[in-house]
Amino acid sequence: MSLNVSNLTIHHGAICAVNSVSLALPTGRLAAIIGSNGAGKTTLLRALSGLNKPTHGEITWMGESILGKKAENLVRRGISHVSEGKSVIPQLTVKENLELGAIWRRNKKELSESLDQVITIFPRLGERLAQRADTLSGGERQMVAIGRALMSKPRLLLLDEPSLGLAPLVIEQIFQIIRDLTTSMRITVVLVEQNAMGALKIADLGIVLNLGRVVAVDHADALIANPAVRAAYLGY
Amino acid sequence: MIQLLNTLLIGITSGGICALMAISMVLVWRSTRVINFAQSGMALLSTYFGYEAIVNLKSFWIALPVAMIGGALFAAFIEVVFMRLLVKHSSSGPIASVAPIIATLGLLGIIRAIVSMIWGGQDVRIVGPLSNDGFTIGGETLVFSPLKLLILISVIVLMLLLSILFQKTNLGLSLRAAAYAPEIARLSGIKVDLVRTLGWALAGAAGAVAGMFQTINANGYLSPYSIEFSILLVSGFIAAVIGGLESLVGAVIGGLVLGVSVSFILMYVSSSLGFIAPFIILLIVLFIRPQGIIGAKAARRA
Repeated sequence: MSLNVSNLTIHHGAICAVNSVSLALPTGRLAAIIGSNGAGKTTLLRALSGLNKPTHGEITWMGESILGKKAENLVRRGISHVSEGKSVIPQLTVKENLELGAIWRRNKKELSESLDQVITIFPRLGERLAQRADTLSGGERQMVAIGRALMSKPRLLLLDEPSLGLAPLVIEQIFQIIRDLTTSMRITVVLVEQNAMGALKIADLGIVLNLGRVVAVDHADALIANPAVRAAYLGY
Repeated sequence: MIQLLNTLLIGITSGGICALMAISMVLVWRSTRVINFAQSGMALLSTYFGYEAIVNLKSFWIALPVAMIGGALFAAFIEVVFMRLLVKHSSSGPIASVAPIIATLGLLGIIRAIVSMIWGGQDVRIVGPLSNDGFTIGGETLVFSPLKLLILISVIVLMLLLSILFQKTNLGLSLRAAAYAPEIARLSGIKVDLVRTLGWALAGAAGAVAGMFQTINANGYLSPYSIEFSILLVSGFIAAVIGGLESLVGAVIGGLVLGVSVSFILMYVSSSLGFIAPFIILLIVLFIRPQGIIGAKAARRA
């Protein structure tokens, strides 16, 4: 298991947003965390990347505890987080947004290699490198956000609602790319999604959160087949 | 015609100095969201560092970098031991956004008091590397002098260096990212706290140059309660606001607009309007474009 979360509890003030959640994810697998609004999905993800401080519990990555480590240091350990809502910096160009993810590596050659790699994955960004990020479409912005995370050469990619506000066709394309990242580059992915069906279809493991607790965890296919999950989250 | 050119050049020179001050205020605003009224105190202290360097080393061109480094270190010190604590302790409640700003006013008083404790209240004098006697063209003596020309060139060079720093280097990209979106910057592995301190240091260095040039551009006299530094603070702040407070380019434009308009008002309307003119210009700009010349509506929300 490369990512291990045990009994993780996180409070927002007096409110318990995540309540003793445990999960384990092997290298190169994709876990989808689904659940309704306020289920604690984002809070959990932000704890994994060091943006939130948990109250109790333990998180280990590659056998070492990463609990309480700062986000900027976890990037150096291969954990990249794409936060909710197309996290790009609108005032910067596409190229600058992408380069941002590789600055800490202080290596010009690796930076340009990573840039080439990201452009191979998202060819559309290659045509838009000099444009300011606020001139892009929603889908393109999400590509920049994921591309920026890839520039850090992550081993664990945390994605918060990459489908938010995108057209169905674009969502399908983005999900396909996320799947390819795990399959071909062996990146471990934790995907938080409202779009439960789309996420479960590409995931290996599915986790259902409700009011901060894990209410179901299973192979993604099994969750899709599970009548209770279908009724509550998949809408049929 | 020569008088017109003279007025324009004087305006650009003082506008350039004012733009440096505006840049230092914008840098601090972008990194900490604080209007730093102590900026003129920091510039004052740096200028005294420069004065010491001139006394001991007899060279303006050594004194300038000494003042810049001194100003940068002092600003970094203030950010680390003073602002971090202050912002942390006043992060919520109705006065959260005001407390740090008021505190910078207190800091200004403290710095002035410390300066007068160390160097005394009397005037000291810094002499610029060139004469401040105006050029004579066709028997007419202008206000624009070799020294002013030198200041103008130095300011342009510094701005070019700054724009290279911000546009072409990784440090510049980190500074911009940390200013626009601290969380995305952190998630990209940028040490935002460190970058913030560097932003203050850069502001301190820019303020030091503004202080040195403001002093020699006037009559060279320096004292803890010097009127020149109050003018510098007010005009730097106004230039920053005119420029939209978020943008370094805006700060430069704001400084130039202010400097040139004030220069024309002094020359062609009345030379007694020196104090009022900047405020009138501020009001006019804010009536026409409340977001500043460069500032976008979105930037104000952020």
